[in-house]
Amino acid sequence: MTSPASGKAGAAVDTLGGGPRRRRPRVGRRRGAAPLPLLVPALIGLAFLVLPLVALLIRAPWHSMPDLLTSAEVWQALRLSLVCATAATAVSLVIGVPLAWLLARVEFPGRGLVRALVTLPLVLPPVVGGVALLMALGRNGVVGKWLDSWFGVTLPFTTTGVVIAEAFVAMPFLVISVEGTLRAADPRYEEAATTLGASRFTAFRRVTLPLIAPGVAAGAVLAWARALGEFGATITFAGNFPGRTQTMPLAVYLALQNDPEAAIALSLVLLAVSIAVLAGLRDRWMTAS
Amino acid sequence: MTRSVRRTRRTTQVAGLGAAALLALTACSSSDDDSAGTSDPSGSASASGKLSGEVTVFAAASLKESFETLGKEFEKAHPGTKVTFSFGGSDALAASITGGAPADVFASASPKTMKIVTDAGDNAGEPATFVRNQLEIATLPGNPDKVASLKDLTGSDLKVVLCDKTVPCGAAAEKALAASELKLTPVSYEEDVKSALNKVVLKEADAALVYKTDVKAAGDKVEGVEFPESADAVNDYPITLLKGSKNTATAKAFIALVQSAEGQKVLTSAGFLKP
Repeated sequence: MTSPASGKAGAAVDTLGGGPRRRRPRVGRRRGAAPLPLLVPALIGLAFLVLPLVALLIRAPWHSMPDLLTSAEVWQALRLSLVCATAATAVSLVIGVPLAWLLARVEFPGRGLVRALVTLPLVLPPVVGGVALLMALGRNGVVGKWLDSWFGVTLPFTTTGVVIAEAFVAMPFLVISVEGTLRAADPRYEEAATTLGASRFTAFRRVTLPLIAPGVAAGAVLAWARALGEFGATITFAGNFPGRTQTMPLAVYLALQNDPEAAIALSLVLLAVSIAVLAGLRDRWMTAS
Repeated sequence: MTRSVRRTRRTTQVAGLGAAALLALTACSSSDDDSAGTSDPSGSASASGKLSGEVTVFAAASLKESFETLGKEFEKAHPGTKVTFSFGGSDALAASITGGAPADVFASASPKTMKIVTDAGDNAGEPATFVRNQLEIATLPGNPDKVASLKDLTGSDLKVVLCDKTVPCGAAAEKALAASELKLTPVSYEEDVKSALNKVVLKEADAALVYKTDVKAAGDKVEGVEFPESADAVNDYPITLLKGSKNTATAKAFIALVQSAEGQKVLTSAGFLKP
């Protein structure tokens, strides 16, 4: 999306706001007329991505929206979604940034393999992730068994379980983003700091971290957005209980089964939240990438 | 083939389940009134009464084992036919049918979900009840928590899962609990009966309210406990031919098999009750 060298990457977000028509003449003026063999598939591509969202707006039951959206269950699900996605992002930051640093700055055998493993949840079907989490952290799981018998902690069917499922799926986005930024950042600043007497951790904290802050922010936004939309791992690992584990995507899925109108209304809420995030963090997001 | 792939994908999206099972192998034997002959892979039933082609059956998750058995029997009896199943929560299946999923037969776990399809006018002919099903408590093998009644599941430290009330098994559980004036707070409302059962099979939950047939199908992985209140929440299972069916003769024959004495034998041996 950000490939045009013009650097005016904000335009990519403008299209989300529904302004492809405004954009075309601008491009035409600056870069000459787009050749048809590129323009046609590009517009089809745009329509392909935008049309389903427009359809959601067209089919939305606007007259009954107020009733559908002010119900307690919807707010409960939305609040839980926001809280859990934020918590999952926090978890990802605390353990993901150090992991990214390790991958970018420390040479160790098998680093390529570790990097591949870290990115595995990106391509793994989320349901598989949920099953894997259940096998590892479930009450009868490899680790979960001990958590249960030693500390009395069970993770499935809890809000913590939702956060874990979301973090599992979302953290790779953060790690990849931060690692990329770290690789692009000049390590000489850190080296200068250490030669001036700072410990490596201090150098990381005072020099590296401010340097890569935009990349961390971009990764955090990506991870947050992914966590917000997480469905498969959540329903598999954490189950579905209103107020405790039922996040918006789960509410949408179950509503679709007997009340499609409610499902559309809920989907619109998620869509609005996603657009608000992208629009609100546009500058930071774009400068980072 | 392309169509079946696309169909599978769409179903998977809507139902959120694994790909529909493709029972591909057709054994070489003939029976009944149909004479053995060459198979017709084109998918259309010929006028001669010889059945052929593919039939797609959308069926409630609780029918999985019985219908797979019946599907194999059907293919055996009618060489050249293929029965493809998509199992899932009845409501998800009904939603995908009204959403245009190409299917020939719909067997749902409650009249209420069938009504979604008939209200949309997607049925061809009247739905007929072919079996009934009753709830049972599924507990861990050996029943370590000594669950003996529905009341034992309430107010204790047991982790109980129910089906979501949007799916028939959840509606039935709600009915049974209401009839017994019990309040039960589960740890999760699962999206279909199989996922509720599997939480017990995986030992993540201590008990689940599922169908008798599911307890039976799970073998020794769970132990069933009957409870009298289940009589107040018996689910009727209706089956119907769908309007969008491209292969009505074969689809009708499959429905006939389900309703025949032979089909009923398979279903009752799985724990279903006669209608």
